Amino acid sequence: MKWIGAALLAGSLLLPPLFAGDFYINLASQILIAAIFALSLNLLVGFGGMTSLGHASYLGVGAYISALLTSRYGFGHGAAALLSIAGTTAMAAFFGVIALRASGLGFLMITLALSQVLWGLAYRMSNVTNGDNGVAGLTRPAPFGISLDSPISFYWFALIVATFALVMMAIFVSSAFGSSLKGVRDQPRRMAALGFNPWLIRWITFVYAGFWGGVAGLLYVYYHKYIHPTSLSTTSSAEALLGVIAGGSGTLGGPAVGAALVLLLKNYVSAYLERWNMLLGLVFLFIVLVMPTGIVPGVSRLTTRLRGGVR
Amino acid sequence: MTMSRRQFVGSVAGAGITSLAAPHFLSAQPSEPIRIGLLAAKTGPLASGGIDMDLALTMFLRERENTLAGRKVELIVADTAGVPATARTKAQELVEKNNVHCIIGPLAAFEALAIADYLTEKEMPTLGVAAAEDMTQRHPSPWFVRLTSTSAQCAYPLADYAAKELKYKRIVTIADDFAYGHEMCAGFQRSFEDSGGKIIQKIFTPLATPDYGSYVAQVKAGDAIFLGTAGSNGFRFLRQFIEYGLKDKMAVIGGMTALDESVLRNMGDEALGILTTSWYSAELDNPLNKAFAPAFRKQFKYDPGYYAGSTYVSGEVLEVALKSIQANVEDKKALMAAIRGSNADTVRGVIKFDGSGNAIGNVYIRKVTKSDGRLVNSVIKTYPDVTQFWTYDKAAFLKNPVYSRDYPPAKNLEQ
Repeated sequence: MKWIGAALLAGSLLLPPLFAGDFYINLASQILIAAIFALSLNLLVGFGGMTSLGHASYLGVGAYISALLTSRYGFGHGAAALLSIAGTTAMAAFFGVIALRASGLGFLMITLALSQVLWGLAYRMSNVTNGDNGVAGLTRPAPFGISLDSPISFYWFALIVATFALVMMAIFVSSAFGSSLKGVRDQPRRMAALGFNPWLIRWITFVYAGFWGGVAGLLYVYYHKYIHPTSLSTTSSAEALLGVIAGGSGTLGGPAVGAALVLLLKNYVSAYLERWNMLLGLVFLFIVLVMPTGIVPGVSRLTTRLRGGVR
Repeated sequence: MTMSRRQFVGSVAGAGITSLAAPHFLSAQPSEPIRIGLLAAKTGPLASGGIDMDLALTMFLRERENTLAGRKVELIVADTAGVPATARTKAQELVEKNNVHCIIGPLAAFEALAIADYLTEKEMPTLGVAAAEDMTQRHPSPWFVRLTSTSAQCAYPLADYAAKELKYKRIVTIADDFAYGHEMCAGFQRSFEDSGGKIIQKIFTPLATPDYGSYVAQVKAGDAIFLGTAGSNGFRFLRQFIEYGLKDKMAVIGGMTALDESVLRNMGDEALGILTTSWYSAELDNPLNKAFAPAFRKQFKYDPGYYAGSTYVSGEVLEVALKSIQANVEDKKALMAAIRGSNADTVRGVIKFDGSGNAIGNVYIRKVTKSDGRLVNSVIKTYPDVTQFWTYDKAAFLKNPVYSRDYPPAKNLEQ
């Protein structure tokens, strides 16, 4: 059964470019980017028990650094990508020190406050960030001389990065360190008593999540070739959090499914339905009522129950 | 010819896949409707303008029974939500999924800038509304025309009027802190100071300012204050400005969106007498507008303003262009040439296009008066055929950097 599922998933990821129009390929690329972003947030929310409302900071800062370095300071894409991911990770290391002084609601408020600071800077430091006009006229990189300008080539690029990200995050959470992270989430005092350092475990996870948030930001700016302060806004953070919770926090597939759901509602259903925000709310309500743990855990529980019933 | 079952299945599947992969091969049939895409922010902070854009264009098409130049028209409205990334996805949707023949909109400069490269790359005829100066100055696109005005285009005549007819000497400017506000104030300052006036203070406030109290308190005493605000900000600033009793001490003048009809309908008599400038007014006395504005008011219970006017004018220009090419929208180059050469008579008056695709048309100085119990922007002076370069030499103009917060430098600020 598991193999059939994997084959179906691989098929649905590999097939779109063969028959779908450009619009759908672009939509699929956006879903992949949103999935990486949601997965990185899920490390905090799902596996670390740290609900952050400021994760867009990493996406936005990663995107802004790359955009500014390539368009204004003449950096190549390779150097800009390295610097932007390094910068984002360093920022996560610093923000982690501040935010992890608190937990629970306090942590959420600090992450929110920090992201608002960055959002405000992006808006008001218009001599650097170009303010409300955003940074336009960007290009996509050409790794190994392969241009990513066509929708299909960009989709393959995003698919490779997303797969790599998923594998890396899967290794992270299934490792011994991942187990200690889950231990800290559920029983921080007992873990401390066992000789673990809960703060350090949380901080490392925070930095790692920031790193992947930066990667998502790079892909985001490559895809849109434009960056604007709205990418740093609370709405952007909240949408990702919504995806994580809807899909199933603490699972590997859940956030990807949830991110896809939010993105499809926002970018596809909105063409047919003016009040798509309301539909998003209703869908979320439905998920909370019927599958409180999220779509992926909910559906898998449903299928095992059905199979059990047949037997 | 015989065909094995497997071959048959294969060829049918192949045909299906090809048709999915290349839906655009199926177009170019003359019986097909013309597909027009409208990018408008119908949710989010810019929604009221976006909804007006949709209403006016829908009304325009309904008046013509959804037929332009003898061909059926299909309007596809995409909601950009006032977010650049969404605007881009929606533009892709219109181009790649709906295969539109041309696009009208979007409204905000940051939305327009986010999709400008994409639309040029896809060679998509676009009739723009956003005012960002450089889209028709230093970075024009062969596929883009603007039927409204640049940020500063309407500010020049008002500055001229303020200096020469109102004899103002010292003016304070206040505007939203983004490119539209920067560019408008820069243009106003340049024209006003060239006519001998002085800008003594420039204030820029964040787009979302909940309380203007601290800014009102900063305003220095001058002959007048120039409002370069957008959306409902002008209304909110003005209310506090009046509460502080400053309206009796200095006059208020405003840019093209400061006291738009959509803002005016929420105001009281305190707005009477304020002068603003725009390329349109619901009170314009020309036959086309005499038909449009009352019809719009009858249907929606308020006056059309900047936003409603922008898409209605787009429709009028498009219709003239389509007639001249027998509605053959498949030839995009010919469509663009026809739009640029349309010289259409519209509700804002006749508009022509300059070499970079920006409208040359009348700009009106308007005064808030009362008529039939409601506030209106009645026209008190017309500046004919204003270009985006005003009276300046085009080549010299384009050599300067684009208008910004700091350019041209304000030399007469008072500490």
